[in-house]
This record gives sequence, structure tokens and C-alpha cells, in this order.
Amino acid sequence: MIRLEAVSQAYGSFRALDGLSLSAGPGEVLGLLGPNGSGKTTTVKVISTLLQPDAGVVTVNGHDAATAPDAVRRSIGLSGQYAAVDEKLTGYENLQMVGRLYGLSRRDAATRAGELLEHFRLEPVAGKRAGQYSGGMRRRLDLAGALVARPPVVVLDEPTTGLDPRGRMDTWSAVRSLSAEGTCVLLTTQYLEEADQLADNIAVLDAGRVIAEGTAQELKDRAGSARIDVVPADSTDSERAARVLERASGNIEPAVVEAGGSRLGVPAPRGEATLAAALDQLAAAGIPVAEISLRRPTLDDVFLRLTGTNAVPAGAGDENGGAPNASDDTPEPVAAGVGGHGRQGVRS
Amino acid sequence: MSVLVSAGVDSAVIAHRNLLNSWRTPGALITGIVQPIIFVLLLAFVFGGRLGGDAYREFLIGGILAQTLTFNSSFTAVYLAKDLQLGLIDRFRSLPMSRVAVILGRTTADLATSVMSMAVILACGLAIGWRVEAGPWQALGAAALLLAFTFSVSWIGAVIALTARSVEVAQSLGLIWLFPVTFISGAFVPLSSLPGVLRTIAEWNPVTAVATAVRELFGNGLPPGFDMGESWPLQHPVAYALFSCVAIIAVFAPLAVWQYRRIGR
Repeated sequence: MIRLEAVSQAYGSFRALDGLSLSAGPGEVLGLLGPNGSGKTTTVKVISTLLQPDAGVVTVNGHDAATAPDAVRRSIGLSGQYAAVDEKLTGYENLQMVGRLYGLSRRDAATRAGELLEHFRLEPVAGKRAGQYSGGMRRRLDLAGALVARPPVVVLDEPTTGLDPRGRMDTWSAVRSLSAEGTCVLLTTQYLEEADQLADNIAVLDAGRVIAEGTAQELKDRAGSARIDVVPADSTDSERAARVLERASGNIEPAVVEAGGSRLGVPAPRGEATLAAALDQLAAAGIPVAEISLRRPTLDDVFLRLTGTNAVPAGAGDENGGAPNASDDTPEPVAAGVGGHGRQGVRS
Repeated sequence: MSVLVSAGVDSAVIAHRNLLNSWRTPGALITGIVQPIIFVLLLAFVFGGRLGGDAYREFLIGGILAQTLTFNSSFTAVYLAKDLQLGLIDRFRSLPMSRVAVILGRTTADLATSVMSMAVILACGLAIGWRVEAGPWQALGAAALLLAFTFSVSWIGAVIALTARSVEVAQSLGLIWLFPVTFISGAFVPLSSLPGVLRTIAEWNPVTAVATAVRELFGNGLPPGFDMGESWPLQHPVAYALFSCVAIIAVFAPLAVWQYRRIGR
């Protein structure tokens, strides 16, 4: 559906894309993850024919973007970083206009606009000017605009940047239902959690090239194994506890002792099994424990390891739940809630 | 043929959108109404008394029409620059629509502003004693020529917007060139009053031809003592004005479309 081969694009001496290759098939959600300036938006522009790259081949739905840009445009729906809606037009007029520009007849454009307004819960405000919409409503309207022609490929550039949690949930469930219908979705994000939740495959971009590719799990595996953190109830036990934990984890490496023995850490190569063994053996040794936790590597860890930079620059950190440790516990339950709500909302 | 049809449909959709926008932003239209009134009153009564009184006011209306409708190209520059600054143009460029439609939809919608300006000036003219001295067909011909000219110069405004890419720059660039172009002309003064090179420039300035053609078609004469000279454009103002419209579009329309295709580079 989407295929990029050795695509390069320079702005002056800045190489925005440096031999980028990507591919995604029908029903697949491909997440492009990378810090600001890594080439995510340039990739979106190249795929959506907004930019003709200096070198390389871009194919969308079997059409070459260089020789058949109109065929590519017919196959694609784009929703950009900032909501591309006309504030002076009503929600209905916005969608109807986009439909007409996709070549739908007046009647079909009107019907399709109505369907999408209903689908995205915008019916109550269909007759209001988009300028009066909330940020989340505008983004939904923009996303609806990308889906007017039921394109087989949808490209979303940072679709949830600046949205509140409810808005993010709506967008996530829209992406999931698109993918379930067989649409190929490419989405860029700065949020590791988002890529983790939505993407079948993740490509990590840095300096205009793909530095890692795979499922969220594969990428996490590359970041190393999980770890166990223990806080002994009595810090005088810490030496003994360290030996016990090293044995439980298979004596791979010495325990890390922090804060004068109040916190200990060892690798957990077998995940929960290692955690269970550690609990058993600590109990058997008569060492009371105040706190014990299993921490799986997050995509943050992947990013740090691959790029040596933080994936999420200042200001955006709170989106990932603040402390990196927190994200291990939270994603699963949050995600379940998210999917449930969103789906209800989006299905008509 | 189908390419032309879809370009026409796309442009009409965009023009409709632009008209809805203008209609819903009434404040922006005030300039298009008030500016011509101010110019008519200033020139008719501040300069008019010295330049020939009633006869000058009859002469003036053709000049004000040519000047104001040339100035309306600055609306094209500002509105297009506004759209470029929003994400909307990226959406349009990602759609399978004609590459000329966004600009053609703009320049045609801006004709509505010009029709309004024209009506305001004619009403002011009637109020200060100007009259159509020729037949209705010739008068309609004058109106059509003015619209053709405002349409052609609005493509210059489009090129300015696509070059400037910011509203502020488009606003100042879109306006600044209009002062010399409309004032170094026969719109307000007899060409014989201009010194050497300026006179030659004014003789070949399309604004002079438009103003002269409009006066001719409305049947308005020159005030006593006004000498416009014998240069070819002044002998054939209608032909030269029409030729100017075609030439301006032939140069600036392809340039604008070429720039539109290159946005984002």
C-alpha cells in the first residue's frame, strides 16, 4: 500500500530524509516514531505528494507519486498536524467541500458529509461554524475530511498532539476501526505510548533514516530484559537481600544497590517467573519487603538506547505519565478503557 | 476536455467557499467600500477645484474606477496568503483536484468585491454630478473591461501571496507596488503634466489605457486644457487595455500555478 525506497530530501544543507525506506500493507498501522526534526513530517509530505523528493521512489496503492500524483491523491486521505478546516464554514460545509473536490457529485458529497458527521459525533454541531468548535471537535472534523473518499491509505501526522485524553481516545479508536476495515494507516507520533498502543509496526526515525523497525514487543526486547526493584522493609537487610535476589535472577550480574541499601535492583530475564522466585526466596530467607515491582522496558528505554536522546522533548513528558516507571503499570488498564469508550463513540 | 471541466468545477467549489468566507467576514469588505468613497471625495473636492471643477469630476470617475479595481488585487494577495498560512492549503494540495483551482477560485471570487467597489464608485459619481453620456451597451462594455482588468491584476496579487507566504509580507508587498502603478498614469492628471520618462511610462501604463477606455465608453470628455498626447495606447485605449489583460494573465497565471505546485520546497 505504502512503499518508500531510499527516499532522500534535503533543505539546503539539512538532510531531512536520508535514504529512508518503509513499507506498510493493507490493514496495517505503521507508526513513525522520532524526535522533532527526525523527518516524520517530511515523510508525510512525500507520501501525500505535497513534496516531490530529491531522490528515491514513493509508491502508494501501486501508483508512483512522481509519475501519477493524482492517482496517489485519490488513494490517500491526509490529516495534518494542525486541523485543516475552514473556520468560517460549518462542519457540514467543510466536509461537503472536500467531497466535491474529491470529485463526488453534489448529492454524494452531501450524503457522505452527513454520514461522517454522525460517525464522528459532530451531528449536533454540523450547522455551526468550525471556528466555534473545541480543539477536539476540530481534529475530528479534520480526520473526517481525510476519510471522505474512503481512501485505502490514510496518513495522520501527529493526530493527537495537543488533544485532551478524551480526544486522544476518540482518535485512537478511529484508527483501530480503520485498520479493522483494511485501511492502511501511517501515523507519526512523538508519544511512545501511542505507537505502542496503535501500531502493528513501528519505525524509529532519527536524522532522516530508520534506525530501528519492528513490533513494539520486538523493539522492547532490543532494549534489554525487565528488571525487579525491591525496597526492603529494613535497610539493614539489604546485603542479604541482594544475595537472595542475585540467586533468584540467575546470578547474571550483581544487584544494584541504591540510596544506602533502601532500594535494590536486579535483571528479571524470565519476567514474572523471576519475580515469583524472588518473592518466594525473600520470604524463605525471612526478609520482609516494603515494596517489590517488575519493570518492563518501555519504548522510552528503546529510544534512549537507540538515539541517546529522549524521545519526548521538554513539555511533552507529562503525556507519557511523567516518570518512565509509571508507564509500565498504566498502559494496559488505560488502554482497555480507551478502546471501549472510543469504539462506542465512533461506531454509528 | 474533462480536465477543463474538472478544473472548472473545482474552481467553482473554491470560489463558493471564498464567497461564503467573505460574506461571513463583513468587516473585511469595509475597505472595499470605504476606500473608493474616500478617493472620490478627496480627489473631487481637494484637487478637483484647481483642476477643472465639474469637468474634472466627470474625468475623475474613469480614473478612480481604474485605480480602485487595480488596488483590489491586494485583496487577492492578502486572502490567498491567509489561506497559505493555515493548514487548509496542504489539505487542498493533497486532494485529487486541479492545480489551478485554488488560485482561480480566489481570483474569480475577488471579482465580487470589485463589482461592489464599482457600484459604490458609480453611485458616488452620480452624487457628484458624473453621468453616462454614451449608450447602455458601451457603458456595459466599460464595466466588462474593468472586470477583465481587475481579474488580470488579481493574478499578480496571487503571485505576490505565493512569493511572500506570510500575511504581513503579502499585505505590504501587495499594496506598495500599486501606488506608483496607479499614480504614474493618466488616471487623475493630464499626461502632458508629467516630466519626460514618467510621461512615457504613463503612456504605456495599462492603467492609463483602462481609465481612458472607460471614459471613452462612458462618453466622458477631458476637462479644458487636459492634453493626453498622441501615443498609440491613447489612440487605441480599448484595444491596448484588452491586450494588457491578456498579457498579464498569460504571464502571471502560469507563474502562480508553478509556484503553487512548488509550495513546501
